[in-house]
Amino acid sequence: MKLDSKIPEGPLAEKWTKHKFNLKLVNPANKRKYEVIVVGTGLAGASAAAALGELGYNVKAFCFQDSPRRAHSIAAQGGINAAKNYQNDGDSVYRLFYDTIKGGDYRAREANVYRLAETSVSIIDQCVAQGVPFAREYGGLLANRSFGGAQVSRTFYARGQTGQQLLLGAYGALNRQIANGKVTMYNRSEMLDVVVVDGKARGIITRDLLTGKIESHSAHAVLLCTGGYGNVFYLSTNAKGSNVTAAWRAHKKGALFGNPCFTQIHPTCIPVSGDHQSKLTLMSESLRNDGRVWVPKKAMPGLKGIDAMKLPEADRDYFLERKYPSFGNLVPRDVASRNAKIVCDEGRGVGSGLAVFLDFTDAIKRDGEATIRAKYGNLFDMYAQITGENPYKGPMMIYPAVHYTMGGLWVDYNLMTNIPGLYALGEANFSDHGANRLGASALMQGLADGYFVIPYTIGDYLANIGWADKIGTDHPAFKEAIQSSTDRMNKLVSIKGKKTVDEFHRQLGLTMWEYCGMSRSEQGLKKAKQIIQDIKKEFWTNVCVLGGNNELNQELEKANRVADFIELGELMVDDALARGESCGGHFREESQTPEGEALRKDDEYAFVSAWEFKGENQPEELHKEELRFENVKLTQRSYK
Amino acid sequence: MKIKLKVWRQKNKDTKGAFKTYNVDHASPDMSFLEMIDVLNTELIKKGEESIAFDHDCREGICGMCSLYINGHPHGPLQTTTCQLHMRTFKDGETITVEPWRAKAFPVIKDLVVDRSAFDRIQQAGGYVNVNTGGVPDANEIPIPKRVAEEAFDAATCIGCGACVAACKNASAMLFVSAKVSQFALLPQGQVERKERAEKMVAQMDAEGFGSCTNTYACEAECPKGIKVANIARMNREYLGAMMTSYEGSTGGGGE
Repeated sequence: MKLDSKIPEGPLAEKWTKHKFNLKLVNPANKRKYEVIVVGTGLAGASAAAALGELGYNVKAFCFQDSPRRAHSIAAQGGINAAKNYQNDGDSVYRLFYDTIKGGDYRAREANVYRLAETSVSIIDQCVAQGVPFAREYGGLLANRSFGGAQVSRTFYARGQTGQQLLLGAYGALNRQIANGKVTMYNRSEMLDVVVVDGKARGIITRDLLTGKIESHSAHAVLLCTGGYGNVFYLSTNAKGSNVTAAWRAHKKGALFGNPCFTQIHPTCIPVSGDHQSKLTLMSESLRNDGRVWVPKKAMPGLKGIDAMKLPEADRDYFLERKYPSFGNLVPRDVASRNAKIVCDEGRGVGSGLAVFLDFTDAIKRDGEATIRAKYGNLFDMYAQITGENPYKGPMMIYPAVHYTMGGLWVDYNLMTNIPGLYALGEANFSDHGANRLGASALMQGLADGYFVIPYTIGDYLANIGWADKIGTDHPAFKEAIQSSTDRMNKLVSIKGKKTVDEFHRQLGLTMWEYCGMSRSEQGLKKAKQIIQDIKKEFWTNVCVLGGNNELNQELEKANRVADFIELGELMVDDALARGESCGGHFREESQTPEGEALRKDDEYAFVSAWEFKGENQPEELHKEELRFENVKLTQRSYK
Repeated sequence: MKIKLKVWRQKNKDTKGAFKTYNVDHASPDMSFLEMIDVLNTELIKKGEESIAFDHDCREGICGMCSLYINGHPHGPLQTTTCQLHMRTFKDGETITVEPWRAKAFPVIKDLVVDRSAFDRIQQAGGYVNVNTGGVPDANEIPIPKRVAEEAFDAATCIGCGACVAACKNASAMLFVSAKVSQFALLPQGQVERKERAEKMVAQMDAEGFGSCTNTYACEAECPKGIKVANIARMNREYLGAMMTSYEGSTGGGGE
């Protein structure tokens, strides 16, 4: 199989403009003859459905929640980057491009990232026109802040709820098209399969979560905007319902899965409080600007609160400051996360044992409690609410958690997977963040894909196939797909085993976290592969799903998703094994410098891995898309 | 800690529901309320009883999907979402009553899950600015006073959970609708369609069967996001002004 990224020729800055001109257009009178399916209504899905409806296409949009407004984009806190240079501090499209490609540790395509930086500018205009209440200065113009270590202030924000405000803007645009009759919305609907006929995506199979009815929908093109797969780790900052099912079913129908092992782990989450833990909560990384990270020099199990405050300085290990004197507590996410794990693995973790201190004592002494409260008050309150402990009276405790997945369905420059007519947008694709995502760039990518990329690129495909090229749901391929989806659901409710879905999910999550999380080794990964295969076998013989298939059955929904997470987990392990280098969020123990830092190997691994499904229980085939860097020079990161 | 739970169980929308009592013997004060139900559900499944259905998703207080009516309060005793409520709020040995949102416009689907699609339809009636993608002015073209932007944000922070409706003895949706009307009434981008928006959203709200507002302020007291009843006052002004001066139904200034 030859991977064609379809990156346009020409200088970097002209590629997208030229490409847009070369793309075919659909005659305005013909747009109403086309149908497009959009799965997922987060930033990517809602913006794509709205923009395509505005153009005149007939759109069917699907979400598994009770309303499109619940999609997990809503939970993004920090902000959205845009190269507006409103602050006159030296920002530009090129600088945003450069920071993003470097931040991704040189594992993303130059052309895609440049386009992302280019379209970022229009996103802010669009959102303001929709009435998104961004933060403003006293003069009435938009405010910006510096985010995630960027040297310029290019992040737009709406308090700590930027994702919410952007999503509600897109939700409004979507509602407008629903009211206009251009978008038909299917809430509480889960995609179970994609239907491929003659090599083209022709529609999807869904399950109505209220009635259990399995339905088919045909269209000229299918867009998967279904988010990331962080919940493969069971505990993550994702919503409980976030899942990989749509992307995974597409993968099993032939769509390649790109860079599955690239996971972002965030260092400042609230630690796990017990076995009952159902999800993890992120606190803004800005806390590391003033908090000092430490653990005791000798193991002191259960240490916390006032007792920790009393521990003499000489008995404390400020391990980030010690190992990285120039960056200290502000080392990048992956470095901070990995070092927290190392000290906890040494037995020096505090609280439950899986936590390190984030101490504001010095900052409070220096700036006063009022200043710290003004800066971080809402985060301190959130911490107190969740943990029941007062962070002004004892050090906070933090631990890393899975936050975002850079991997996803492989797409070309047009956001199309290798299956013609099947697209992937937003976190669901692999494309723009390389091996590590910078802060405030996920929202940017979701909206860029939906508002400003897909409306152009989909037209080219649709114009080429023509509106008459559509297959109805009476085609045998739809009937077969309905049958296989129905069989799967019936199978899940008929096993009636002894273990709950959550028990399997937790077991998978622990395995992934231990062996395919912050630090990976060949030995550990091989062990994980065996464990996951065993989990899969046991799942299909011993899972317990009560209730029927023809009603609201939340255990069945979970079982259906977890079955796919198990298979994805194995592929992530395969991918991590195949990538014998450390890069971005992926640390391979066999590939480190003498000082124990990540060692990237550009000669061998400057490629996108794209995995092809070869049949049930068969090894997947790895295809490599070589990454060519014509504009930036590859450098190793150093934070010493 | 030990907890006794009285939970509303209802097979589906056409079946009559009833309270059922369960004992949770191993709750931890650090559990969230939803995690406590997770634990109970696991026990139920092990005993061969179907788990309790409830809506939830983000579990960090922002998606608005969780919706439990706990001891007579939407989202329980604290002014927060159900997912951000922890068991340390309750006493060891306490009996806790858990119901779905009760409102004619929010029919029960199963157990604690209700249908809030009426909220979506109200938003579809006018909760947006009519702009297409692209072709909009530069984001800094129209300065907006910081105070106005902040006030619009305060209204826009509504998560659409429906606690306001559940709290109200009339099951009124005025706080929810007024939050969106206010956001756009305050911002310059919302001015062009200001009147039609108020008219259409109020008309849809009435059509969905929500009750009237009688100023008890229960909605504000229970809103997990602190949306103020001042928004309702603003919506009433917007609506009155719109009804008196609207273009709707007018024949225009000349011609046919």
